[in-house]
Parts: sequence; structure tokens; C-alpha cells
Amino acid sequence: MKTLKEITRYPSAVAGLVIILALVAVSIYALITMPYSEAVRLWRGGAEVWYDHPKTAQPVWMNLLTGDNLPLTIIMSSEDGAASKSATAVSEDRTEIMISFPFDYSYDGFPQELSVFFTAQYNEKQPFVSLSWLTPDGREIRIGDSSIHPSDTYRISQDAKLKRRLNGELPERGLFADPAAETLVPLKGAYELRVSGLVFEEDADIDAKLVIYGQVHGLVGTDHRRRDLRIALLYGTPIALAFGLMAAVGTTITTMAISGIGAWYGRWVDMLIQRVTEVNLILPFYSTLIMIGTFYSRSIWLMLGVVIVLNIFGAGIKTYRAVFLQVKESPYVEAARAYGASDRRIIFRYLIPRIVPMLLPQLVTLVPLFVFIEASLSVLGLGDPVLPTWGKVISEARRNGALYEGHYYWMLEPAVLLGVTGLGFSLLGFALDRVFNPRLRGL
Amino acid sequence: MSEATLTMDMDVTPQEQEKEKAGSSTFSRVARYTLVRMVLLFLMVIIGVYLTILIANMGGYVDEMRRGFIREEVSVAIFADESAEMKRMTSEGKKALIEEQVALAEKRLGLDKPFIVRSFAFLKDAMTLNLGRAEIMISDSGSSQVRLILLERLPPTLALWGAANFVLFFLGLFLALYLSRKYGSLLDKLIVGLAPTSAAPAWFYGLFLILIFAAILQILPFGALVDAPPPESTVSYTLSVLKHLILPVSAILVSSIFANAYAWRTFFLIYSSEDYVEMAKAKGLSSREIERRYILRPTLPTIITSFAMILIALWQGAIILETVFNWPGLGQTLFRAIGLYDTPVIVGSAVIYAYLLAITVFLLDFIYALVDPRVRIGGEGRQA
Repeated sequence: MKTLKEITRYPSAVAGLVIILALVAVSIYALITMPYSEAVRLWRGGAEVWYDHPKTAQPVWMNLLTGDNLPLTIIMSSEDGAASKSATAVSEDRTEIMISFPFDYSYDGFPQELSVFFTAQYNEKQPFVSLSWLTPDGREIRIGDSSIHPSDTYRISQDAKLKRRLNGELPERGLFADPAAETLVPLKGAYELRVSGLVFEEDADIDAKLVIYGQVHGLVGTDHRRRDLRIALLYGTPIALAFGLMAAVGTTITTMAISGIGAWYGRWVDMLIQRVTEVNLILPFYSTLIMIGTFYSRSIWLMLGVVIVLNIFGAGIKTYRAVFLQVKESPYVEAARAYGASDRRIIFRYLIPRIVPMLLPQLVTLVPLFVFIEASLSVLGLGDPVLPTWGKVISEARRNGALYEGHYYWMLEPAVLLGVTGLGFSLLGFALDRVFNPRLRGL
Repeated sequence: MSEATLTMDMDVTPQEQEKEKAGSSTFSRVARYTLVRMVLLFLMVIIGVYLTILIANMGGYVDEMRRGFIREEVSVAIFADESAEMKRMTSEGKKALIEEQVALAEKRLGLDKPFIVRSFAFLKDAMTLNLGRAEIMISDSGSSQVRLILLERLPPTLALWGAANFVLFFLGLFLALYLSRKYGSLLDKLIVGLAPTSAAPAWFYGLFLILIFAAILQILPFGALVDAPPPESTVSYTLSVLKHLILPVSAILVSSIFANAYAWRTFFLIYSSEDYVEMAKAKGLSSREIERRYILRPTLPTIITSFAMILIALWQGAIILETVFNWPGLGQTLFRAIGLYDTPVIVGSAVIYAYLLAITVFLLDFIYALVDPRVRIGGEGRQA
């Protein structure tokens, strides 16, 4: 309690604590709203999970930041009533189905893509659809027609014939362009897409879904595979915290125990520990992790274990050893030995309590190191194969040229989260170091 | 901040030290210390490389690598044999001959022996940098020898890390001295406040630097060693390399300089409150003289030890920084090898990194021996 009070005297420690608590809150939220299997499904589900998101779309708030008015994604379906659908029997075995998608378009930019997804029910004879486009100034543009399968996608943006009819303009631009304007700008107003379908069987039916892919999406945007980055950014928080904390606790405690044993028994035990520390110093850390990741498994838990093992004989061991040696010679330990206390009792009751004040700042300072190690492994392509993590988002952004192509949000969002996490623990660690090491106080 | 230290003990018994004290020159003492460290470090490298082999071989990859290599060599030799005897042989006969020869070669190389025996054979190969052939990757000179692929990449790596560490050490030292002089000033407070930012590694700051200077401002290149196509003249080539060095070196600086300057300035402050410094001040020595002889001199061993730890941590992170900056060094080669699943290159680069780390530790030990009076004068060399 006294320590806690002292910590609050350091503004940086308070800032660090606030950051850590916020991250913990986000982690709890992520774990409650999105169970592990759900997160993995949303992240690795494949095209059917993400098909109605735009590709590499900026976050929505970028509109506010830049003052642009870029389009959001418009999704309308005849199944949920957003589009009107009517059926009229033309003859005995022919029914005409009209689906109309009326929508307002008031954005300054063109959409990214246009697609219509059809679902049709029929036994043998394929239904036939034709699509036409009505602009606010009353023009009607024929888009195209085709017969459709039970589940079919009509990618209007990729229709080469339509592109020719639009004077070589890409469909998503040509269909929205204002013909009166000098430059290529979208015409604002009420548009309509009409799908008229013919079915040739009694029970046959057609449903359609229009997706006008926007240029901005959600709170954090999407990646090159149309995935909402929200999943990775949100779920990456508990993963980063868990990895960092577990690795820090694991290494610190083991390191302390080993250096304590070495200092206590001295002689060859101490000697051996010193030599192992030196070997560990020249054992290439990332190369070892890379070999293990490449040859065996990239599971995050295996990596965690290896990271802990490789860090046990790290820098901390010498610091602890020095303190242990000092305590070992102190009078109260000598007294304990005089009354016949066992080695174990002395180590656990006298040596370890003395070292804990040193241990705490070290532990907190180590957390960012491990958080960044996990991210580094992902950047190297050795991240966990299923889990969505911050490092993997950075890695994918890098591989897909996010910085070259101007998708800055894609790289910046996970990087800022990583940086904030690192800073939070680092700030707290620095303050703890000063609280527990009076020698540093005031320096 | 961890004030971790490298072991600098010499592993000589007190009696021997006594003998030493009796009558030997500084030179022989330093030479002896260096020699002992060298032998020790060499042993460490052997153990390190052996561990690397154990890790790599647990999946059986090293053996598979060698078996594949033998089979390829034997088949090529047999199919290339144009003698009359060979021409008469059927393809089944040739296959049987290949099997026979492969079995012989495997026996000759000891692949039929138990793993422990074989692992020592591979250790010898690794220590002599006989790293085998790459599966896919080739060096710029067209060889598939892993040793050539990796050694070709060494100069860019050394250039980058040499430049960065040189700047980091001297800038850190001068900044720390300046701050200890201006203790409590605004700059001092700023650097202390910025010290926690060093929790992030260099590649992390690299991303931001690329974003700002390459993507947005477009004044510095995104990465790589030189412009494409490389300039003809040596002068413009060097200038181009220097231009490409700015961002990665800055990334290393940003990630280390603040914590570095903070830690060193704290050492200086602790040492400048020693009695002998007060005494020197009372004697009226100039502050420059005090700094040089009474503060810098005794802190130098500590500074070098702390720098050694930074250096080693930086080496370890080299792979990712080089990847982020597309710097054609060892790290980037390793990154490409992971992507191509080229196991001999991955194992080989682990061996090269172990060597590089050992050489770094050794050089620092040597410098330490030169500046630490406990080694030079032959006093108690043990720290605790």
C-alpha cells in the first residue's frame, strides 16, 4: 500500500498504470464479446465471411480528419426488405421477378467496386436476369444480362462490355459520373438498380443483393483480403498482454531462482550458471526461434516457452547474483545458519524476500520486450498460424506495400497499439525502479 | 535499468594471480587475459553452435540435407559417366548402382552412425563454415554454397551495424556527459522522460521513419542498399549508400539513444559525487580535466559493459531491421530463406550469427581489458 501511494507521486507511473488498465479492459471486452473460436473464424473464415467488405478501405473517421466525403459501403438485399421485389406471372410456366434497389448517393468519391450476388432456386432451367441502371438525371443504362446459377455473383466492375459502352470508363466510375461536369466527379442523387428476372419453373425464385463497396469501412478499416481489422486489433490485445506478462513472469522468477541457487551453493554450481549465461549470450536468439518456428511449429505457446527458456540466462542473472552474494554474507543469514536453518529455508525465507523489490521493476520493464518479440516473430512470418495478432497485421501491411500505396492506417493502427502497450509498461517500470532503488531517486 | 555486466573474470586461481603480481608487464597481463578469454569464448562458440545443431537436427533436417546432397552428387556422377561400361548398363542397373554408392557414401560420412557421433561430425563442418549447399537460393556470383551466400551478405550488415554502433556510442557518451553537466535542465528532463520509449525495438521506429521520410515527405528511400540502377562512379555509389543508411541508422539511434544517455548520465552523476572528484574540484582542476580523468576514466569499464549488452541486443534484432529496410545483409537473407524454406541457409546463418556475437563479445572484452585497471595492473579481476 505504501508503495502504491509512492507510485502515484510519479505522473509517468500513473500514465503507465492508466494505459495498462485500459489495455486490460479492452482485453476483457475482446474475450467476452468474441470467443476464441469466433475470433479465429472471423479472421480466417475465407471469402464468404468478408465478401461484402471493401478491400483496404480506410477507417470511417478518416473522412472527418481529411474533410473528404468518401463513400461507405451500401448493401441492399431483396431478402431483408431493403430492396423491393415483385413477381408477376407472365404465362403458365414463366414468372417475371422485378427487384429494385433504390438508393441515395451523396458522396464526393466513387465507390470501389460494384457487385450483385444472386441466389436462385430452380430445378432444371436456369433463370435469366437483366440489369439496368437509372441515374438521378433520368438516364437509363443497360448493364447486362445473363442466366444464373443457384449461387452466382455478377461483378459489374469487371464487365468489359459495359466498360466499352461507358466510353472506356471503369463501371464503378462511369455509372456514377456526372456527364455535365468537366472533370470526373460523381453525380449526387437518387439512383436505382433494376434487376428483372425471368424464371421458367413454378416454384423457382430469385433473390439478389447489391453491394456498392465504399472507400471507408468501420472504425479501423479493412485489409487486402477485405477483413475488418477490428478483429485483429481487438483480439491482438489479450494475446499481446498474455504473451508479454507470461514471458516476463516466467523468465524473471526462474532467473531469480537460478541465480539464488548459484549464489548460495557457489563453487561449481555458480560456475556452471556463469558459463551457461555466456553461452546464452552468443546463442543467436532470433535464429534459434526461426529454426524452431520453421522446423516444428509456429504455435504461440511453443514460442512463448522457447522465448522464456532463451531469456532465463539473460542480463538479469548477474544483477541478482550480486545482490544474493551480498545478502548471503549478511549477519542475519549467518545467525540463521548458526541456529541450524536448512539451506532451503534460508533461500526461500531470507534471500528471496530481499530480492523481490528488485524483481518487480525488472519484471514490468521486461513486458514490452516480450510484446515486441511476439510482434517481431510475426513480422518475420513466424506468427501463430491461426491467431490474429498486431504483429501479423503489420507483417501483412508490409508485405502488401501499405506504405508505398498510401494505406497508412493499416500499418499505423497496430504499430500505435504496440507502441502504447510498450510505453505503458515501460513508464511504470521506470517509476518502480526509482521507488525501489533509492540510489536512483532524484537522479 | 538493468546494470547487467558481462563476466570479466579470468578464471585464474588466486595463487596464480599472486604469481602474476610478482613480476609481469602490463602487456603480458593483457595478452594473457585476452588469450584466456579467446580460448573460453571459442569453447562458448563450440557449445553455442552445437546447441544450434541439436535444435536444427531434432527435426532431422540436417541429416536430410546431407543425404539429399549425397544422392544428388552420386546420381549426377553416374548419369554423367560416358564410359562404354556405363552405356551398356540398364536404367535398373544404374539405380541399383546409385543405391549402392549412396549407402557407401553415407557410411563414409558416418550417416549410419548414431546421432551423437554424427552431431560431432556436423559440428566440425559448421565450425569450419563448411555449411553445405542451399536448396533454392544462390549467391550473386551464382554459387549455391551456403558459405558464399552468407559471406557475400556480411559487408552490408557490417556497414550498417558498424555505422549505427559508432554513432550510438559516441553520441550517447557526449550526450550523457553533457546531461550530467546540465543536471536538472530542460534537456535533461526531456531525455529522462523519453528513456521509456527505448522499450520498442529499432524496426518499430523504422516503420514510422519510413512512413514519414519515404512515404509522406519522399526525401529518403524506402530501403535497399543503393539506388537502382546502381550509380557508375565510386563517389556517387558511396553517396547513394550513405543516403540509404540514414533511415536504418536513425531507427537504431531513436530506439537506443535515450535509454542509453539516461543510464550513462546516471553513472556519471553517481561517480561525480565521489570524494576524489570533490578533492579534484577543491584542487582547482578544470572541469574538462575532472571529467576526463576523474569521471570518465573510472566509469569507462561500466559504460563499455553496458554498451556491450546494447550491442548484443541490437545484433539479435538485426534480422528484422534489415527486413524492414530491405537492407541486403545477413538478416534479410535469413528472412528470405525462411520464406523459401531453405533449411541449409537457415542453419548456416544461425552459425554465422553465433560467430558474430562471439567476435563482438571478444572485441568488447579486449577493449575492457585495455581500460580496466583491475586487468591491466593485475589486481582482483573478479567482480561480484
